Amino acid sequence: MPVAPAITDIEQLKGHPAIALLLASASVTVQEAKFDREEMTIYVGRDSIREACALLREDPHCPFDYLSDITCVDWYPQEPRFEVVYHLLSLSRKERVRLKVKLEGSSPALESVTSVWPGANYFEREVFDLFGVRFNGHPYLRRLLMPEDWEGHPLRKDYPVEGYR
Amino acid sequence: MAHLNPTLTTEPGQDRTLILNMGPQHPSTHGVLRVLLEIDGETVVRIMPDIGYLHTGIEKTCEAKFYQQVVPLTDRIDYLCPLTNNLCYVLAVEKLLGLEIPPKAQWMRVLLNELTRINSHLVWLGTHALDIGAMTVFLYCFREREDVLRMFEMVSGQRMMTSYFRVGGLALEPPLGFFEKVRDFARRFPERVDEYENLLTGNPIWMMRTKGVARITAEDAIALGASGPTLRGSGVDFDLRRDMPYSGYESFQFQVPVAQEGDVFARYICRVRELRESINIVRQAVDGMPQGPIKADAPKVVLPDREKMKTQMEALIYHFKIITEGFAVPEGEVYQAVESPRGEMGYYVVSDGTAKPYRVHMRAACLANLQLLHKMCEGRLIADVVAAIGSIDIVLGEIDR
Repeated sequence: MPVAPAITDIEQLKGHPAIALLLASASVTVQEAKFDREEMTIYVGRDSIREACALLREDPHCPFDYLSDITCVDWYPQEPRFEVVYHLLSLSRKERVRLKVKLEGSSPALESVTSVWPGANYFEREVFDLFGVRFNGHPYLRRLLMPEDWEGHPLRKDYPVEGYR
Repeated sequence: MAHLNPTLTTEPGQDRTLILNMGPQHPSTHGVLRVLLEIDGETVVRIMPDIGYLHTGIEKTCEAKFYQQVVPLTDRIDYLCPLTNNLCYVLAVEKLLGLEIPPKAQWMRVLLNELTRINSHLVWLGTHALDIGAMTVFLYCFREREDVLRMFEMVSGQRMMTSYFRVGGLALEPPLGFFEKVRDFARRFPERVDEYENLLTGNPIWMMRTKGVARITAEDAIALGASGPTLRGSGVDFDLRRDMPYSGYESFQFQVPVAQEGDVFARYICRVRELRESINIVRQAVDGMPQGPIKADAPKVVLPDREKMKTQMEALIYHFKIITEGFAVPEGEVYQAVESPRGEMGYYVVSDGTAKPYRVHMRAACLANLQLLHKMCEGRLIADVVAAIGSIDIVLGEIDR
């Protein structure tokens, strides 16, 4: 069973309720969208992630009311280097959508979504700890897994697998 | 310590509260969880879990391994349900590859996953009861768990770190006598669950320690990302096996137990009912087990049979190539979630087209569930903290990774 090619034309994907909702909003910038292996990915602008999450959560027709996960991918040495990945789930429609934000490597920072889902707290702390991405407005942005005095961010691609010591 | 509690002063006579350190070596924290409690007498004012003591950097290690070499690493994430982790990972990679898995392999995966759920719930029930002071249940649970571990040993040669699922199917054919053993266990097990329930469900001490304790509402549970029995105990009817089926779960008949109260007892009753549903699924899987191959027809991904390797040149070459170079996975990304005994276990796998995963991320159900702890415990007694920690069924290996 070969994998079907990904659909990246945003005009073709407009029918998806999440994309339609985000495109209709003035405060959210949708950069790209991709439908690949039955999974929908939407790239939103760095400044509109909190707004996009709030809209998707509150949408009466298709609420993506559950935040499954937040993580990050490092595309070093490409720029923009980081992709912060949000996995949202609709408990009523039983459907998932993935939001992504691209960040430059120099000082990666974006808005926290803890005001939308308090459960984003640990996920964002983990990304901060292991990738060094800052979440503005996070109530307690400290290292989660590594020791408090650890230097560097282990999941970055320029961090050696064996560590520095 | 001051950085963990910025409001705490060291001036004498200012504070009524005391900071108490619980763990990381404490029998009721199920591993190496450290909890900082700010207490006023016996009442918990603030609670702050401190994790990371078991962090081994598994996600980083995965990036340096071939796709098939990651499977044994996934065992070590959640050591109470290794097969669920194996399943979640191989499903994600199979989705990236677009592989079709033969029905027998799918049904074996379901069967073993439900046995894993029983195994995990038995450890939870035993230790949770032990925490609250019911000693006997622990011994009963571990008696049945031994049977389950023996079955794992039969199929995979290992009691705990099974690594039995492979990308494209199963590692080996189930051995002779395996299904009889499972059938025998499925016949005996419901009676054993009655035994546990006789000891606990109607027990007045058990009810006093669990009913109305560590209550959580459905809104809070959703907002904080709870999943699994922790979510269903608060009245949210959501189970990935039924609602977003994977690996052939759509062909099985089962109920999803839900309780409305959101307290420790509700989560207990959900899990105990799940034990009965799981054995029901196991029975269906054994009775309807399809015949046929256990590996997908994909010679570049799946290792050839031993016999073929000795007789066919082509099979030998494929074997050599897979072992030495791995197999390339087409570019893309996939998020695959399964219902683990603790909730939504998710694997996010990113491929850049090479034989090693570019990124593997595990969504740990326990990590999100642990965030409920402060809602459950603040304003309540220290003794309830022990019940609350037990009721969310944490495994630190999964939280810290």
